[in-house]
Amino acid sequence: METNGIVINIKNLKKSFGSAEVLKDINLQLGLGETLVTLGKSGSGKSVMLKCIVGLIKPDSGTVEVLGRNISELSYEELQYKRKKIGFVFQSGALYDSMSVRQNLEFPLIRNSKLNSDEIDNRVEEVLNDVGLIDAIDKMPSELSGGMRKRIGVARTIILNPEIMLWDEPTTGLDPETTREISHLIVRMQEKYKVSSIVVTHDMICARIVSDRIAVLKDGSYIKTGTYSELEKTEDEFVRSFFEEV
Amino acid sequence: MEEYFPKSLNKILVEIWGLYNFSVRYFREVLKPPYEVKELLRQFFQIGNKSFGLVSITGFIIGFVLALQAIPTLEPFGATSLIPAMISIGIVREIGPVITGLICAGKIGSGIGAELGSMKVTEQIDAMEVSACNPFKFLAVTRVTAAALMIPLLIIYADTIAMLGGYLALNIIGDVSLTLFFSQIFDTLTYEDVIPATIKTFFFGFTIGIVGCYKGFNASRGTESVGIAANTSVVISSLMVIVWDMIAVQITNIIF
Repeated sequence: METNGIVINIKNLKKSFGSAEVLKDINLQLGLGETLVTLGKSGSGKSVMLKCIVGLIKPDSGTVEVLGRNISELSYEELQYKRKKIGFVFQSGALYDSMSVRQNLEFPLIRNSKLNSDEIDNRVEEVLNDVGLIDAIDKMPSELSGGMRKRIGVARTIILNPEIMLWDEPTTGLDPETTREISHLIVRMQEKYKVSSIVVTHDMICARIVSDRIAVLKDGSYIKTGTYSELEKTEDEFVRSFFEEV
Repeated sequence: MEEYFPKSLNKILVEIWGLYNFSVRYFREVLKPPYEVKELLRQFFQIGNKSFGLVSITGFIIGFVLALQAIPTLEPFGATSLIPAMISIGIVREIGPVITGLICAGKIGSGIGAELGSMKVTEQIDAMEVSACNPFKFLAVTRVTAAALMIPLLIIYADTIAMLGGYLALNIIGDVSLTLFFSQIFDTLTYEDVIPATIKTFFFGFTIGIVGCYKGFNASRGTESVGIAANTSVVISSLMVIVWDMIAVQITNIIF
């Protein structure tokens, strides 16, 4: 259920932790099929915003509408149903470390689909082929490198065919080559699964490769929005500081 | 609430309220499908099988030491023949459940607290939540149910091993047949000894499981919090074992 091609609509979102006001007044829209990059320094509230979208953190005020429904007003069962349509890729990959790669991928599928075991096996192999890690199917997370863990995290997320993908710092801690690999993977997922995405990052290599639009977050509010090339030319010192790092 | 109570008392009340809500959620979800049978069986194995050795050694030593300590006390009165009766009542009613409960609080409670705390810190619990799977059902319901059912079995087993330990201790000093030893035990023990003692072990098991899960689920960010979750799980569940025991003794005295 989309509303005028807008899949996520955030209005006046505020969130504080104790005396720290993390999100002051967030207003953001994500269009159908769009990839929006949110740029911001560490601790600027980017991840908190993503967690508000998926209902892991309850906002103090404001509304977060996902596919036409206000997340805060949903019951737990309704929220779980909505979450099937949202994929969340964690910064660390958040793989279940007591399970093999295969079990990690089967976990959401067994609980959220009516596929039989052969169909589950086929789907697991399909998404592992998508991320280029079919050989790692029987490995444990502890045997994987940082980049591999992130790619398996992506595979576990896309396995449910979500309509929206939320990427929390997908390239943090990776070398430039792996950063490019992961960024191109995001683009490939976008093309194959036609998802709408929000990518939270402070990595400009990733932002350049994946973004349709960039929104810059500073001190809990968005200060600038535009395409990569538009923002590259801006005079704003804070925004420029990201481009100078490239 | 903070205005009315000192900070430390307020913290305790918040913990009790949190634990109460966590327990209520357990009872709401335990019977609701879908059931995580595979994970429940895995937890039975984790909790039961992996505590087997520790509980065996502890149980054996309890019975052995109890018998050895009883001999010099009862010998001057010519009452050594009462030792099997004394051991069986002491172990079944009190020492077996409490000591094994405390051992389980240390081993199982800390294990659950550390495992779930680590999963919380590394966002694995959040990952389950956002993939529309219910982490409470998969992680907490299975562990609490397994603890509530396996710990009583471990305690009954520890009681049996403790009596065998007592038998061995008596045989080092004198010569008692196994048949005579156990016939004295079964002559002495009544349902009034066994049933209340067994019922309270379910409470021990439930408490150890629920406290470990609660502390793990509520671990804050950072690796330090994993240690804190494990540590506080042991402290609170050990304390709760003693408290439950005290309540059980009072209730038993009133009823029987």
